[in-house]
Amino acid sequence: MTRFVNKKIAQMPYSGIRKFFDLAGGMKGVISLGVGEPDFITPWHICEAGIYSLEKGYTNYTSNCGLEELRREISRYLLRRYGLHYDYVNEIVVTVGASEAIDIALRCVLEPGDEVIIPEPCFVSYKPCAAMAGGVVKTIATRESDSFKLRPEDLEKAITPRSKVLLLCYPNNPTGAVMTEKELQSIAEVAAKYDLLVIADEIYSELTYEGEHVSFASLPGMKERTVLINGFSKSFAMTGWRIGYAAAPAEIAAAMLKIHQYTVMCAPIMGQMAAIEALKNGEGEIKKMVLLYNQRRSLIVNGLNRAGLPCFEPKGAFYAFPSIKATGMSSQEFCEKLLKEEKVAVVPGDAFGECGEGYIRCSYAASTEQIVEALSRIEKFVERHAKRQRAVYAVR
Amino acid sequence: MDDRKIKLLQALEYNHRISVSTLATMLNLTEKEVNDLIKEMEDVKIIQGYVTLIDWEKAGHNNNVTALIDVKITPQRDVGFDVIAERICRFPEVTSVYLMSGGYDLSVMVEGTSLKQVAFFVSEKLAIMENVQSTATHFVLKKYKQNGIVFNDDKKDHRLVITP
Ligand SMILES: Cc1ncc(COP(=O)(O)O)c(C=O)c1O
Repeated sequence: MTRFVNKKIAQMPYSGIRKFFDLAGGMKGVISLGVGEPDFITPWHICEAGIYSLEKGYTNYTSNCGLEELRREISRYLLRRYGLHYDYVNEIVVTVGASEAIDIALRCVLEPGDEVIIPEPCFVSYKPCAAMAGGVVKTIATRESDSFKLRPEDLEKAITPRSKVLLLCYPNNPTGAVMTEKELQSIAEVAAKYDLLVIADEIYSELTYEGEHVSFASLPGMKERTVLINGFSKSFAMTGWRIGYAAAPAEIAAAMLKIHQYTVMCAPIMGQMAAIEALKNGEGEIKKMVLLYNQRRSLIVNGLNRAGLPCFEPKGAFYAFPSIKATGMSSQEFCEKLLKEEKVAVVPGDAFGECGEGYIRCSYAASTEQIVEALSRIEKFVERHAKRQRAVYAVR
Repeated sequence: MDDRKIKLLQALEYNHRISVSTLATMLNLTEKEVNDLIKEMEDVKIIQGYVTLIDWEKAGHNNNVTALIDVKITPQRDVGFDVIAERICRFPEVTSVYLMSGGYDLSVMVEGTSLKQVAFFVSEKLAIMENVQSTATHFVLKKYKQNGIVFNDDKKDHRLVITP
């Protein structure tokens, strides 16, 4: 009964990832480098805290903004790791994943027609969430030659009198790019000059392999114009628990809390209990996972380069984003053929924005053996098609 | 210690069959470096050996009986427990020997092909050794986890094939 469906929603495209999911989902023997979540299961002591909470009968709602103990631990964590001061009483909201935090942050600040500036390639939910919240999306293409960092001059060019929000994500999904303190500082200056609110999705902050992650809110003067979003999915391998959070100036946090309380009431309590344990005792486990990700990062980047897919060096998250331009194929075509011919699933770069065309996203949240096997299949594939391409040119 | 060696050991710890070329790619080393470093660490016995962890039960070939034996010992002047521990280590049926804190001194793991054989080892070899005061033998009924590996752990990947 499409006549009942809101037009804006009806016109909204499905995520570019969904098509691939349908294609790969039914196939047997597929090695997937297409997964945007850790291959580790949640560290056991964290699972146990969740199980224990159930055994103890914690099956109730929590306060809308989340358990006090969890907010206190989040506040301590943000101070300890990123030098941020957030008051757990009125500046932190525990959400159903970072996903919800992104949605409610946008919804509580946007007026119809306000512009949201989104550097691409980016996580798939940003544009639809901004549009659903009544915003007008302005994308900025970032380039491989800039290591997929946002350039302040590009940002400045995109700004109009209606610009209100800048949505930043570093370390980045899908490129693995990070930005240094100095580079972020130059963005901060533009944000201050044009009075932008910055929504900083730092969900991959713990997965930074060279140097320390710098939180945007820690830059001078930025805290009051930043909504910091983070969560447990990636750092603690807790995607299924659905716990994230936003830290923001009290007025914005209060506005987010309004939407949050009317739409979801609160995040699930067992997830919150597990998250407390994660923050209290989980840092050693993060270190172990980061060590393994880092080994695989070198493996996949070197392997892709060797396979003839030039790959910029990702400094964070768990994605490599090689260029496939030399193959002459589009991202979609490359991924479909790779899946059909070699049974390796990767995600076409254009699923993350137009400027992702010519790239593919390969997740290295997979075992060493799987990565080695996938790389050898990719190498075969690229070689075979390079030959074919040469043959085509020869005929012409 | 050389940072490269630590990285190499971390990569090898749970999977020594990983190929030299993979190791080299993973750790940003050359294959020659990997080979040389491994050789060096084998020579100085930082790498003590490589073993295969087998679930003999599953192989349908479980002729093995494992026992953990608590051994109390009278330590010897100057050498403490070392000499006797080393002597116990020489028996091929002994698979591990640890010096323990607490109620007894050495924890000795023994493997044999039958209860009788292990009992024989304890009564005829171990218990009668000079300085051994007493032994308490515990037979292993089932192995659930060994060397960090859970037996019968179904390591199924429950993730969807593609997610954002
Ligand atoms: C950049 C980015 N932000 C947010 C999310 C959503 O995370 P959560 O599981 O906390 O909702 C993801 C998950 O893939 C992501 O990659």
